[in-house]
Amino acid sequence: MVLKITNLAKVYTPGGAPVLRDVSLQMAAAETLALTGESGSGKSTLLHLIAGLDAASSGSIEVAGAEITGYSDAQSAAMRRRDVGLIFQQFNLIPSLSVARNIALHARLAGREDADWAAHLAEVIGLAPHLAKYPEALSGGQQQRVAIARALAARPRLLLADEPTGNLDESTADAVLDLMLTAASQAGTAILMVTHSARQAAKMQRQLHLSHGMIARPEAAA
Amino acid sequence: MMGAGLRALLSHWRRNPWQCVTLVAGLALATALWSGVQAINAEARASYDQAADVVTGAGLGQLTRADGADLSVAEYVALRRLGWQVSPVLEGRLTRDSGDLRLLGIEPLTLPAQTVEAAGAGGLFDDEEQEGLVGGGDVVVANPEDAALLEGLNVTVRTDAARAPGTVLADIATAARLLDAQDRITRLLVAEAQPKGIGSLPDAYRIATPAPQTDVARLTASFHLNLTAFGLLSFAVGIFIVYGAVGLAFEQRRAMFRTLRALGMPLNRLLVLLALELGSFALLAGALGVGLGYVIAAALLPDVAATLRGLYGAQITGQLQLRPVWWLSGLGMALAGTAVAGTAALIKLARMPLLSFNHPRAMRMQADRAARWMALAAAGLFAVGAALALLGQGLLAGFALLACLLIGAAFCLPLVLSAILRLAGRGARGPLTEWFWADSRQQLPGLSMALMALLLAMAANIGVSTMVSSFRLTFTGYLDQRLSSELYLRAATAQQAAEVTAFLDDRGVTVLPIVSQDLRIGGLPAEVFGIRDHATYRENWPLLEAVPGVWDQLAAGDGALINEQLARRGGLAPGDRLETGERVLGVYGDYGNPAGQVIIALAVFEARYPGIEPRQFGLRTEDPGAVAEALRERFSLDGDALINQADLKAFSLSVFERTFAVTTALNVLTLSVAGLALLIGLLTLASLRLPQLAPVWALGLTRRHLAVLELLRALALAVLTAVLAVPLGLALAWVLLAVVNVEAFGWRLPMFLFPLDYLRLGVLTLLAAFLAALWPAVRLARTPPDRLLRVFSNER
Repeated sequence: MVLKITNLAKVYTPGGAPVLRDVSLQMAAAETLALTGESGSGKSTLLHLIAGLDAASSGSIEVAGAEITGYSDAQSAAMRRRDVGLIFQQFNLIPSLSVARNIALHARLAGREDADWAAHLAEVIGLAPHLAKYPEALSGGQQQRVAIARALAARPRLLLADEPTGNLDESTADAVLDLMLTAASQAGTAILMVTHSARQAAKMQRQLHLSHGMIARPEAAA
Repeated sequence: MMGAGLRALLSHWRRNPWQCVTLVAGLALATALWSGVQAINAEARASYDQAADVVTGAGLGQLTRADGADLSVAEYVALRRLGWQVSPVLEGRLTRDSGDLRLLGIEPLTLPAQTVEAAGAGGLFDDEEQEGLVGGGDVVVANPEDAALLEGLNVTVRTDAARAPGTVLADIATAARLLDAQDRITRLLVAEAQPKGIGSLPDAYRIATPAPQTDVARLTASFHLNLTAFGLLSFAVGIFIVYGAVGLAFEQRRAMFRTLRALGMPLNRLLVLLALELGSFALLAGALGVGLGYVIAAALLPDVAATLRGLYGAQITGQLQLRPVWWLSGLGMALAGTAVAGTAALIKLARMPLLSFNHPRAMRMQADRAARWMALAAAGLFAVGAALALLGQGLLAGFALLACLLIGAAFCLPLVLSAILRLAGRGARGPLTEWFWADSRQQLPGLSMALMALLLAMAANIGVSTMVSSFRLTFTGYLDQRLSSELYLRAATAQQAAEVTAFLDDRGVTVLPIVSQDLRIGGLPAEVFGIRDHATYRENWPLLEAVPGVWDQLAAGDGALINEQLARRGGLAPGDRLETGERVLGVYGDYGNPAGQVIIALAVFEARYPGIEPRQFGLRTEDPGAVAEALRERFSLDGDALINQADLKAFSLSVFERTFAVTTALNVLTLSVAGLALLIGLLTLASLRLPQLAPVWALGLTRRHLAVLELLRALALAVLTAVLAVPLGLALAWVLLAVVNVEAFGWRLPMFLFPLDYLRLGVLTLLAAFLAALWPAVRLARTPPDRLLRVFSNER
């Protein structure tokens, strides 16, 4: 089991409405799962909690078999380096590093740099001609591909993607998502993707719908 | 992990070279000005110490006769027989045609070990010199500058550049021959370790414990403190640049920090990396700064040496040496300054939530919060300043008051400018003008550090130039009063003096003897003058306060006049008594002289110091040209024996100008640093401006029009800052004149205003701002449209 969440809750202000309530889910290795829901339903919060970027109010999260609630900043950071890849809607590339350096960054931080795998990823994702360029010279779709390659370069057990194609047009979004799925499958990485798009969600093996902080409609694999 | 993180952090500087230049240049310049001043101070102090070592024997006790007379060789031998480990010193002035030298005769074989050990640290002499001194052959050791003065004395001159100028070392026998002082010893140096069971010192002698500081070091302390304060001000201006550059780099890398942390870089590692990055910058810029400081010091040292020689008679070697004390202090200041400038950024990073995003409005609110905190700090500083002005005493309190005033005003600047811009925006008509003022306010946080630096530099310029010009005006008037004789004459011998006096009396020329004796009052050197009762003094002497009938009482020998510095130092006023017994009859202005001065009637002087005969005279005549010609025809006078009033005034004014040459140079350098800060601030901001300018361009303004508006904005901000700098500069001038000068030099000067000078400085500042803004504006005017369009394509 790469991810196991049990009765997870998150409240930002004491006494305030919970952002997440009683969320439980599990993901197997290399499984792909889409998380849908309206704005403010708690999708991004759930991803942040799994990544250790924020602390849960109650409940438990196990990533790759390790309980991560109560982790310190350093422990959370180590977990992200070791087990988790992150893709943001806003790419979050380092503007002063070349494409090649951006792709290698996570793997280098994790101490798992693999030049052959990085070159393969760049080839699969279609970035090979752009490796020497800087992010500002790339289109939005190309920048998101760099973010995907960066997240997979360290071969994480779990890839957390927060609306990774939200900034892209439909055809580019489809192409980018297909590349992400291909690369993740080659790396043996599970994907938990937040999306507003039913079309995109349908490409995942499973879909979950969050509503008012609760899992509302579990669905079978497509 | 650390390597990858460091590479990511450093890549920012590679992609933003101007910011890197800002940081390194700001820090290097700040360090350069600081370490340059420290180099000068260290060199001067080393010269004082060395001169003091030569004269006092490296801090040893000195044995003299209790009655102040010289010792004889027989007395020296008797003391040695009693078991006293003492070594003879003969000191005297060696008068040459082109100047005087202090000649110091020593006896190398009996010199106490401590004195000989001091040789290794640049003390009395090195081995080779000792060999020369001991080996006979009339060897003298001198600074190369003094070698020419020793020609024709039938001595072998060994030169040593490290030796204090103006003082020559010789074997005591050689010195006795040169000074024509056989069987005379000025004093005996007393070794620290004396034999056990030694007999007590006969009553006829006494041993003086050396003063912890030499007179010259004490007198010049305030001058060096002034220099240090200026160095510190320049350093502060530089640190404002560094603070701005570090803060901007932090804002620009905020997203990078979040990404690195999201990718697994722990916060503490990131903080360590940033501290390492800043430390490396500090060391690199510090090293550059120390090198540049050496160049600045080497350029300024001759002027400083001239100042110290003119003002205090202190001799400074003209060569700069690489002394660890100043280059280490330069590197230390670079590190400390970077720590001060970078701490805020590190704290912000430590507190930065991992998930909040970088909204412009949040940044604006943060800037507003910071401005409010700075205003609060400014209020605190002003309160401390007010307390210091009312209650503080001493030079340090004066400088602390200055620091409170300057830093407090700088902290207020963003808030004041923001309020002015808001008011201007309210009065604006038309959308473009409204946008102009609103956008100017938006730019303030990014430019405020450079504007603060500009404010400080301008205020320092106004303050210091007001002080110097006020001083010059007062000094010129003072010279007119003080140098009222038409001619000044110095006779070579007492016999010539008597002949000249008789010669002049026959021709109806009024001869005013100038006769003086050194003494110590309150532990510090002072001079006592005897003057003849004459209208020249009654009508011209610059009395600040006096008892009624002061001149009659002085002529009757009923008291003395003292100079302002002696009055302030001793808290004396007319009616009080001096420690020498005289009643103070009046206090007079005596600018440019750090030592105390007492004036008594000539008859009283002659009775008290019967051995001193006048050799110098002021001559009152209606035809100075004819009198001078007659004197030269009748007597064989040296070239500089007869000086007319105009030459003397010109000489005094030239000493004055050189005295403030260093201050002027530092002033210009500080203003240059501020101009550079503005240029670099604008260049750095230029790269961030496109997202704000592109929409206005899209709405129909040409790039050229936008560039002109950018230029106008920089000028408007510079004008506002310059206007605010004027009252601050005048306040600074007042503190310098009324507090710092009084504490440092012992005299208070009236303050004059020089509006034309301020206007000229304002125009210069505007020119600097225009030049600083020109390049970014030209770059904007030439920005290709596709770069502006990219702003929209990057929007999400």
